[in-house]
Amino acid sequence: MSDTAEHTEATEAAQTFLEKVHAKAAQDKVDGKYAEFDKIKDVGVDQGVARLTPEKIQSTINGVLKGECGARMKAYVETCVHCGLCSEACHHYLSNDKDPKYSPVGKVKRTIWNMLDKDGKLTPEECREAVIVAQTECNLCRRCQQFCPFGIDIAYMITTVRRISFKLGITPQYIQDTANSHAVTMNQMWVKDDEWPDTLQWQEDEGRDEIPRLRIPVDKVGADFMYSVIAPEPKFRTHLINQAAVIFDQAGLNWTMPQLPGWDNSDMAMFTGDFETMGRIKKMHYEVAQSLRVKKIVMGECGHAFRSVYDVGNRWLGWRMPPIEMVHSIEFFAQLFREGRLKLREKFPEKVTFHDPCNTVRGRGLHEDGRYVANLLTQGVVEMDPNKLYNYCCNAGGGVINCGPPWKTKRVLSNKIKAEQLARMKDQGINTIVSPCHNCHGGLEDIIHHYGLEMELKFLGDLIYELMEKPGAVEE
Amino acid sequence: MHAFYNLVSGPLVWVAAAIFLGGSFWKVYSLLSGTKKKDGYVFEYWSWGDAIKSYIHWLLPFMSENSRQQPVMSVITFLAHLGIVLVPIFTMGHLVLLEEGILGWSWMALPGQVADIAAWIVIAGCCFFAYRRLVLPQVKFVTSCSDFVILVIVAAPFITGVMAYHGWGDNLLMTSLHMFSGEIMLAAIPFTKLSHMLTFWYTRGYTASEFGAVRKVCDW
Repeated sequence: MSDTAEHTEATEAAQTFLEKVHAKAAQDKVDGKYAEFDKIKDVGVDQGVARLTPEKIQSTINGVLKGECGARMKAYVETCVHCGLCSEACHHYLSNDKDPKYSPVGKVKRTIWNMLDKDGKLTPEECREAVIVAQTECNLCRRCQQFCPFGIDIAYMITTVRRISFKLGITPQYIQDTANSHAVTMNQMWVKDDEWPDTLQWQEDEGRDEIPRLRIPVDKVGADFMYSVIAPEPKFRTHLINQAAVIFDQAGLNWTMPQLPGWDNSDMAMFTGDFETMGRIKKMHYEVAQSLRVKKIVMGECGHAFRSVYDVGNRWLGWRMPPIEMVHSIEFFAQLFREGRLKLREKFPEKVTFHDPCNTVRGRGLHEDGRYVANLLTQGVVEMDPNKLYNYCCNAGGGVINCGPPWKTKRVLSNKIKAEQLARMKDQGINTIVSPCHNCHGGLEDIIHHYGLEMELKFLGDLIYELMEKPGAVEE
Repeated sequence: MHAFYNLVSGPLVWVAAAIFLGGSFWKVYSLLSGTKKKDGYVFEYWSWGDAIKSYIHWLLPFMSENSRQQPVMSVITFLAHLGIVLVPIFTMGHLVLLEEGILGWSWMALPGQVADIAAWIVIAGCCFFAYRRLVLPQVKFVTSCSDFVILVIVAAPFITGVMAYHGWGDNLLMTSLHMFSGEIMLAAIPFTKLSHMLTFWYTRGYTASEFGAVRKVCDW
């Protein structure tokens, strides 16, 4: 007995993290976890599907596909030559034993093609499959668009399926609740109007323990920068607001945060296909900045919010580009260092790896800026493979993590490829992943935990706050 | 047989050419006018510089990440597409017919042997594409019967052309079949998946414009 235990221990010790991931994946299969994907229940989906009628299904599908969509969608459907070359781009496909139903084109076949072939006459069960594909098996990460020889925008096609699902009332419950929060409160997390300024004041107080002069200037008209965050920050990552305040303060910038709704730059309505609500959220965000007459909006380290404010929401409102200049934190931090506004006390003692969020690389090409900052802060970035604009998605983005607990196991297991990618870094002795996106943190944390990777995640802001000189700070 | 030859070498040539040209015009026109109607942003964001860079990266092998990851497919698809476009335009027999029949002038033809090899490459390419459709699960899953019909439509003029060139089989029959299958292919372009020849420039160009001009990142 003890022999066996020793033997097991010795084997475990000799295991690389990559082998550990493979072993865990094999165990997951034995445990039937992959097989359970088809049995997942979601109240929002299931009750919504139970209410569907054939007339509603057909009129909704055709209303969107023929009414809202036009020549672009038609061109995508007609141009696709079914070559399958998009498959290798998708982490869902790669993580599910290359099951073709998870390939990008496979998912289009299961949704859009099916709807077109049947002139919108889907059964409720087919509608269920469509919403599950669109909301839980695709992160709209656009990696497939970058791999398609025709540049077919599959994310746009899947977004259209989400739009149809939203109009059918079959969106998964958790993300629908989040979108409802947006619609009611103009923020993602049901943060009440008085809780927000309270939180800012609380974080200012916290910050002043360290830097007595610290202020979080609220509603300062004419400031150079308006800093906006996603609602999960006041809700459960509050220290990030404090950290940002310290960075703004130490860089000597004229900045502000808005007191009124519009402070939240996030947008789950964009990911449920509720574009009307998306438009309201974005309008309020731009307008709060305009009413403060700031020069720029600086966004916290969030990918999807950046996509929403920089790329998607503005279009819905008829703006070719955002009506007010906006920069993601990556670009903002890089600029602060280039201008010499921030000085470092010390460097992070280890080498790190950098996980690029889809929305800041394929959405804005900020990979080099990210590395510039991360290299300054640490002993250097060791690249994971693939990296930069070809990086695999975290499988949390695109609203997938927001579909909540029912879908968590599927989400983690459907990104085994990411676990392998990270394990290869861990096997090289890299313990820390820098990633400037909230969703990526959420997704990677779950993957690290499930596969036992023992790695730590950092925002750029975490490292800057930790390592920068703070001349006005109270000595400890 | 002569009647068939006369048909395919006479009126059907004109019919096929008219369907190809008219159909292509209709295809492009309806795409652009439809875009103007509901997807006007495509024109708004269109950036020729980014589009042209993207065309080059995606038309030549190994210039995109995906192409580098799929070396065999990249080489075969590049050569096959090159052959499909160039062989019909630069084959001696075609040029002679064009010069005598309509244009009155001509351009340099490919040496017969080169055209022959290129035609074989196209045929081999079609076989390879069919193999992918039959064997690779991710391709098989999205393949329908019409995808094989397209391959047959494309391969047929090249197979019959090679047979006619080498004098395999009854020459008049082969030449007639070659003309007929070529006419079918030409006429099929605007109305089948072969229309990707026309729509590639639109889908690729728009993606390049969004990536390059809005998101400041390359799309290859």
